Amino acid sequence: MKKPSIGIALLAALALAALLACPLLGMKFIPYHATGQELDILLGIRLPRVLCAFAAGSMLALSGMAFQALFRNPLATPFTLGVSSGAALGAALFIRFGFAFAILGISGVSLAAFVGALLSILLVYGLTKLKGGFSTPTLLLAGIAISFFFSSLILFIQYISGTTHSFRIVHWMMGTLATTDYGKLANLLPFFVTGTLLLAFLHREMNLFMVGEDLAVSRGVDTGLVKKLIFLAASLMVGGVVAVCGPIGFVGMMSPHICRLLVGADHRRLLPATLLFGGLFLTVCDTLSRMLIAPAEVPVGILTALLGGPFFIWLLLNRKSNLEL
Amino acid sequence: MNGSIIQVEELSLTLSGNEILKGVSLDIGAGEYVSIIGPNGAGKTSLVKCIAGIYSAWRGAIRIEGKPFGDYGSKELAMRQSYVPQAEGRSAPLTVEEFVAMGRYPHLSAFTSMKAGDYAAIDQAIDQAGLLPFRQRKLNTLSGGERQMVFIAAALAQNTKIILLDEPATFLDYRHQAAVATLLKTACRENGITVLAVHHDINTATACSDRIVALKEGRIAFEGTAAETANTQVLKNIYGTEFETTSSPRRAIPFIVAGGAR
Repeated sequence: MKKPSIGIALLAALALAALLACPLLGMKFIPYHATGQELDILLGIRLPRVLCAFAAGSMLALSGMAFQALFRNPLATPFTLGVSSGAALGAALFIRFGFAFAILGISGVSLAAFVGALLSILLVYGLTKLKGGFSTPTLLLAGIAISFFFSSLILFIQYISGTTHSFRIVHWMMGTLATTDYGKLANLLPFFVTGTLLLAFLHREMNLFMVGEDLAVSRGVDTGLVKKLIFLAASLMVGGVVAVCGPIGFVGMMSPHICRLLVGADHRRLLPATLLFGGLFLTVCDTLSRMLIAPAEVPVGILTALLGGPFFIWLLLNRKSNLEL
Repeated sequence: MNGSIIQVEELSLTLSGNEILKGVSLDIGAGEYVSIIGPNGAGKTSLVKCIAGIYSAWRGAIRIEGKPFGDYGSKELAMRQSYVPQAEGRSAPLTVEEFVAMGRYPHLSAFTSMKAGDYAAIDQAIDQAGLLPFRQRKLNTLSGGERQMVFIAAALAQNTKIILLDEPATFLDYRHQAAVATLLKTACRENGITVLAVHHDINTATACSDRIVALKEGRIAFEGTAAETANTQVLKNIYGTEFETTSSPRRAIPFIVAGGAR
């Protein structure tokens, strides 16, 4: 019954390799034995950025995995459900009105994004539940509606903002890891750790939800409580990432699917695999974004969307295959 | 009968304005096999879902082992009764083994992993349901009949005294219908498990059951043994259409043939 997973071991090895190699790469290759200014760039700029990318990728991927289990729908992701937009709105409001405060060292932007994410999850869930099911059309329509609504509110905020604020919002909305540092990493980590632990704690429940809420009830799952905890974990992670890096799309959709093909759908194995894959994927994408048109940078959100768009279409066309939830 | 294990008193259920159940009372003895039959929309599935805890907005009383429903914690209840929904239209890329293992859920706490006893229960359930060759197959690669057997195996792995089933044989071919019926009958007769099953097919119901309860428009229209139910007049009252019976030397109870369409 218990078998070591080759898939997870492979992902772990690749993730470790990426974490070690990616800081060296960039506009200029910097070896580990560098000194002086180069060492400062390596340790002070590139390393925290790579770590941020890994954490952000993991968080987006894990929240996608949680949504897919909860909504029993392979197209449920932070992006398609409008949760990223909700988080972005929260953060944009915060940037515009700039209440600079921090609670327990966590920046206010992160908390605002978390609240935005949570609100939009509750909205989408309420809307689809009202329509009587989590079918793909209902879910996507609700997600798109919420996404558009929040996006237009963000545009409005931008419109009434001065150029400084407006520029900050535009740049950040593209999804970028360019401004990450150890401070940002410290802001990501509490969300990363809490969210991951919550989901790890709920791996059996996610398995049961994936097959059906009625079955979960009959096996003794306290479905009301579990749903709230999953909502909480997912909003923490989406909010945490969006506040720091902006809305980066498609990581949350692709990673769980690819991992399901690699290690199966049992969340005991799917969770670590998704964590590793999401981190690996965003780390590699971000490194590419630094190198492709160096010395300039492609915002990583553009890169993930370029890869994610075709994947999304493939998923739509292949939904009856072994990807179905 | 060794005393009642499920007691339902004056159970009523209204779903989005429609009265589905209108005062159903039912007493099921430990180790009994009781089938629920009745026309479409009679409230059969709803009755089972109320007892399984899936619908909670009912009025009346349900007692399991003499204890009121509301006094049970969700895991505590799941250690006493399991539920098998229709497998039709449900799938997941989980292996048979992983799915059956989910039946152990109420016996586990969040921080412990499965122990030898859990693995033994899973193995036994898979074996009992004749699923050994399918162990490592993904659910979404199985036929409807095989998947239904997997769902029943998961309920067996849950190791409960009561199994509730919602039309376990309805969409299956004849071989799988027979396999499901045999499996449930064995579980009841040999392991003393109480079975409460909604059956669409009257012949499946009469072949397995100690007692048959017929629902009609949210009320109990008839209650009796399999032999008493296999009566054309009784069935006409329940379903509102003509029936014929035909006897077989292999069965104590005559076969029922619906004679409505000519």
